[in-house]
Amino acid sequence: MTIGSVPVKFRITVDPDQCMLCGRCAENCPYDVFRIENNRMHVNSRKCVACHRCIAMCPRDAINIKERPVDYRSHPVWTTEIREAIYNQARTGKIILAGMGNAQPYPVIFDSLVLDACQVTNPSIDPLREPMELRTYLGKKPSRLEIKEDSDGVDVLTTLAPNLKLETPIMIGHMSYGAISLNAQQSIARAVSDMGTYMGTGEGGLHQSLYPYQSHMIVQVASGRFGVDINYLERGAAIEIKIGQGAKPGIGGHLPGEKVCEDVSCTRMIPVGSDAISPAPHHDIYSIEDLKQLVRSLKEATEWKKPVFVKIAAVHNAAAIAAGIARSSADVVVIDGFRGGTGAAPKVFRDHVGIPIEAAIASVDAKLRAQGIRNQVSLIASGGIRESADVAKVIALGADAVYIGTAALVAMGCRVCGTCYRGLCPWGIATQRPDLVARLDPEVASKNVANLIHAWTLELSELMGAAGINSIGSLRGNRDRLRGYLLDESMMNVLDVKSVGA
Amino acid sequence: MDGANIRKALSMMDERGSGEGAGYVAYGAFPEFAECYAIHVFFDTVHETKPAVDQELAKWGTIIHEEEIPTYEQQNLRKIHTPWRYFFLPDPHLMPRSTTPEDDIVMHLVMKVNTTIPGALIYSSGKNIALFKASGWPEEVADFYRIQDYKGYLWLGHNRYPTNTPGWWGGAHPFNLLHWSVVHNGEITSYGTNRRYIESYGYRCSMFTDTEVVAYLFDLLVRRHQLSPEIAVKALAPPFWDDIDRMPEKVARLNTAIRLTYGPALMNGPFAIVVARPDAIVGFTDRIKLRPLVTGTSGSKLYISSEEAAIRIMEPGVGDITMPRAGEPIIGRVVA
Amino acid sequence: MNTVRIDARGMHYSLLNTAIRKAVASGVREIIVDNVMGQRFIADGLKGDATLTIHGVPGGDLGMFMSGPTCIVHGNCDHAPGNTMDNGKIIIHGSAGDAVAHSMRGGKVFVRDNVGYRAGIHMKQYMEKRPVLVIGGSYRAFLGEYMAGGLILSLGDPAVHPHTERGIGSGIHGGKIVIRGNIDEYYLGVGARTFTLSNEGMDEIIPLIEEYAGYFGIDPDPLIHESYTQVTPSSSRPFASKYTWE
Repeated sequence: MTIGSVPVKFRITVDPDQCMLCGRCAENCPYDVFRIENNRMHVNSRKCVACHRCIAMCPRDAINIKERPVDYRSHPVWTTEIREAIYNQARTGKIILAGMGNAQPYPVIFDSLVLDACQVTNPSIDPLREPMELRTYLGKKPSRLEIKEDSDGVDVLTTLAPNLKLETPIMIGHMSYGAISLNAQQSIARAVSDMGTYMGTGEGGLHQSLYPYQSHMIVQVASGRFGVDINYLERGAAIEIKIGQGAKPGIGGHLPGEKVCEDVSCTRMIPVGSDAISPAPHHDIYSIEDLKQLVRSLKEATEWKKPVFVKIAAVHNAAAIAAGIARSSADVVVIDGFRGGTGAAPKVFRDHVGIPIEAAIASVDAKLRAQGIRNQVSLIASGGIRESADVAKVIALGADAVYIGTAALVAMGCRVCGTCYRGLCPWGIATQRPDLVARLDPEVASKNVANLIHAWTLELSELMGAAGINSIGSLRGNRDRLRGYLLDESMMNVLDVKSVGA
Repeated sequence: MDGANIRKALSMMDERGSGEGAGYVAYGAFPEFAECYAIHVFFDTVHETKPAVDQELAKWGTIIHEEEIPTYEQQNLRKIHTPWRYFFLPDPHLMPRSTTPEDDIVMHLVMKVNTTIPGALIYSSGKNIALFKASGWPEEVADFYRIQDYKGYLWLGHNRYPTNTPGWWGGAHPFNLLHWSVVHNGEITSYGTNRRYIESYGYRCSMFTDTEVVAYLFDLLVRRHQLSPEIAVKALAPPFWDDIDRMPEKVARLNTAIRLTYGPALMNGPFAIVVARPDAIVGFTDRIKLRPLVTGTSGSKLYISSEEAAIRIMEPGVGDITMPRAGEPIIGRVVA
Repeated sequence: MNTVRIDARGMHYSLLNTAIRKAVASGVREIIVDNVMGQRFIADGLKGDATLTIHGVPGGDLGMFMSGPTCIVHGNCDHAPGNTMDNGKIIIHGSAGDAVAHSMRGGKVFVRDNVGYRAGIHMKQYMEKRPVLVIGGSYRAFLGEYMAGGLILSLGDPAVHPHTERGIGSGIHGGKIVIRGNIDEYYLGVGARTFTLSNEGMDEIIPLIEEYAGYFGIDPDPLIHESYTQVTPSSSRPFASKYTWE
C-alpha cells in the first residue's frame, strides 16, 4: 500500500427520486458501473469512463456524472495528470496507453485565426440562390496544357492524370475495420457515397459488405500490409500509403488479438485472435527514394489508373518531406496534424510528438509553391478538424480538402471518452463485441454522418459566399482572407497571414 | 578509366533520383597539375564575385593556372552557376605551427569563402581531383561536363533525390573537402549532433545537407587524428554495446574507447556511404543496414554501388558480387 | 502460341510489364525475358499461372503483389523479391538483397544462395495461404522480424555460414523459422525461442527440401539428414504487456 488509491476520475450519482430502477443503465454500461441488487442501485464510480451511454439511455435523467470530485492539492507544475501518470507507472512499469487525440492544453491555432467577409467594395454572394462550387478534384494537375487547334476543332494533347471528384472538400479519414466496427464503417461508407465524397478503409482490408461502396473508398496500404492483395488494390477509388499518423508519429500500430474476430481476421487476412502489428516503418521504405518505389509499384500493379495518396504525420520537417513525396509520382499528400485521433497511442506520443496541422499545411503549401511543384499533388489536411470554420481556414492556408475522423464518430454518438483501446465502446463504434456493435444502426448512423457533412458544406458555402467567393479553388491558399488574432509574429510568418487590423 | 562508363552505370539507377542533382568525382584527373590543389568554385556571377575569391587565394598562396570549367549546353539543364577551377599552391610558411600547413590553408580558404563570400561556393578542393556536379539527371550532368573527356583511377558518381534544396547545385553529391570526397544515400538523423561536434573542431557546415559532415568527420578522424579508415568507420558506425560486451577484453576495450571518445561522431539513421581519398576508397552502411550496398571486383578494380545492375553494366563479367554487413567497411586501396 | 520471348535490353519496366501482361492476357504460358538489367517491379500485380524465365539481374520488388505466376530468375535479385506477394513462386538461381519476401502472404520463394538483411520480414498467413521462404546459403540480421505467419527455411551449412546474425525472429508472433544446425540464444530476437525440430516438423520441411533440391539440381538426402532448429514465438502476443491504461 505504498501508493494507495487515487481519487476517482468520475463520481456518479443517481437521483433516487427520479430513478425507477428500470435497469437500462446497467444493461448499457459495458464497464459494469451499475448493479441493481435487492431493489437498490449500486454504483461503482471507479469503473466509469464518462462515455455517457447511461445518461443517454436513462428515461428519467436520474444520472449525474461529476468529473474529478476530489481535488489534489493544486499545483501548476505537478498537475493531477502528471501525478496520476507517475502513480500508474510506479505501479506497473509500463508505457501509458491513451485514446483519441492530443490532450495537452496547447493553444489551437485555428481559434486564433479569423475569416474575412465582404462589405461595400464587393458583394457577398448568397449561396442558396447563386451558384456555389465546392467541387474539388484531387490528383495531379498538369503544369501547362498543350492544345491542338485545326479545322476539326480543338484537341487537348496533354493527358490528364486520374483525379478523384469530390462534391464537397470534406472526406472521412482512415479508420480501419478492427479499430472501428463494421457497422461504423458501413455507416460512413453510405454517408460518403450519398454525399459524393470519399472515405478511407484504414489498414484493415476491405470487408465484403463494403464492396458496393468501393468507388467511394480509398484503400490503404500501411506498414503491416493487412488485407492487401491485388484485388483490394483494384477495388479502391484510390490507394493511400500510410507512412504515419498525427496521433503517434514515428511509431507503428497494434491491433490486439482480442479485437481480431472472425470477420476482422478475414478482412485483414490474418488468423483469428492474432495480434495485428503494423511496424513503425514500411520495411520496404527506408528513404525517400524507396517511397517512390512503393508509389510506383502500386501504380504499376494497377496499371497507372488510380491516384496514389501518401499520408504522413505532421512533423518538423513536413514541408521538405512533402516536397519529396511530390516528386515520387504520388498524386495526393495527406498531412495529419498532432491533434489527429486514434484508437490507441502511447500517451507520450499522443501529447508530445508532432506539430499542429495549421502550421504544417501552411509550410507544406509554401514549400511546394516555392519549388514550383504544387500542381504535382493535392493536399489533404487532417487531424483536429472540428467544425466547418476549421475546414475553411485550413483550405485558406493551402489545403485542397480535409479528412475528418473524430467529428464523424461524434456524429455517430461517440462522446470522446478516449477509451477506444478497451474495445468496449458502448456506442458500438470502437468495438468488435457483437452486442455492442449491434447498438449502432447503419441506417440511422449513416444519416447522421451525412447530415454532418451536409451541414458543414452549407456553412462552408455561406462562409465562401460572405467572402465573395463562389468557387472553392479561390479560397485555396488564399491567406489574404485570414487574419491572425493575437498570434505571435513568427507564427504569422509561418502561416503567411497578417494580424487582425493589418 | 574515363567517365563514360560511370555515366552508364549511374543511369541504371535513374529511378532512385528525381533529376534534380547528380555529380561525379575523378581522382587523378589533372596529371599536369598534380601537385596543385584543384579548387572548384561555383560563381553566381563571375565578374561580381570572382575578384573577392582571387584576393582571398592570393593572400595564402599562388594561383598556378585557372579556367572556367568547360561545359556544353544541355536541353534541360539550366546553367545557373559558372563552374571555375583554380590550380592553387598554398604557401606553407603562412601557417606555422601546423604539421599539415598546406591542407590547413586550403581548408581555411574553403570555410572562409563559403561562409563569407556570397555568390561563391568552393565545392571541391583536393589535389588532382576533378568534381562535376549540377542539378539534372546523371546523364545530363555527365554530358554537361563531358566527363568522358576526363580520365581517373578512382571515380564516384551520385544521383540525388532532394527534398529540401532541389535545384541547388551545391546540394548535389559528391561532397568534397581537400582529399576527401563523399557520396551518400540516406539521411543522417544524428546530423544536429554531428554538426555541432565537428564545428567545435573549426569546420563550418555550409551546404545545408547532412552529407558534408561525413567528409569533415573523415578529415578530422583520419587526417588530423591519424586513425586508420577501419577505425574511423568503427567510430562512425560502431558495434552495439551488447556486442562489445561479448568481445574479448582487449577488443572490447578498444571499441569502448572509440565509442566513449567519438560518441558525438556516431552517425545514426539510414545510410550507405562511399568515401574516397587519393589512396583508398571506403564504403559502409549504417549499423542496422537500412540502405543497400553491393560490391564486386574484377582484376584490380573494385566496384561499390547501390545495385548490382549498375556494376554489371560496367563490368558484365564481374564475378564476386557481395553485400557487405552493416557497419562493415569495404576498403579498396590504390595499387600503383 | 504458348511461348513468348522478350528482349528487355534497355527497356523500361513499365513497357516490360505491359508486354508481359499482354502476353499473359493472350493465353501465353511461358514467357522468357532476356537481358534483364535492373528493371524493377517485374510481374508486379500479375495474375494467372504463367511462368516467367528471367535472364539477368532484375531490380527491386520482383513479383510484388503477384498472384499466381512463377518467376524463375537466372541471376541475382535486388531488394525484396516476393514483396507482399499473394500466390505463385519465385525461384532465384543466385542471391537476393534485403527484405526478401517482405510481408509475403502466400506462395513460395526459393533462393539458391544468400539473402540480405530482414529476409521474411512480417510474412503472414491466413487460412490456406501460408507463405514459404527457402534460403540455400546465408542470411543476415533480423531474419523473420515481425513474423506473423508462414515458414522460413534456412538450409545453409553452418560450417560455411556460421549463425552469428542478431535478431532472428525479432518480434515473431506467428509462423516459424527453421534453421539448419544450432542457434546460440544470443542471436534470437525479442519474443523468439528455439526448439529442436520435431519429427513432425521434419516431415513438413522434407517436401520443401526436395522441392529446393529439384530446382537447383542437388541431392536432397544430405539435407534431409541434417539436424534443424525451430524458432517460434514465445507468445502470440509478444508485446501485450507493454502498456498500461491511462
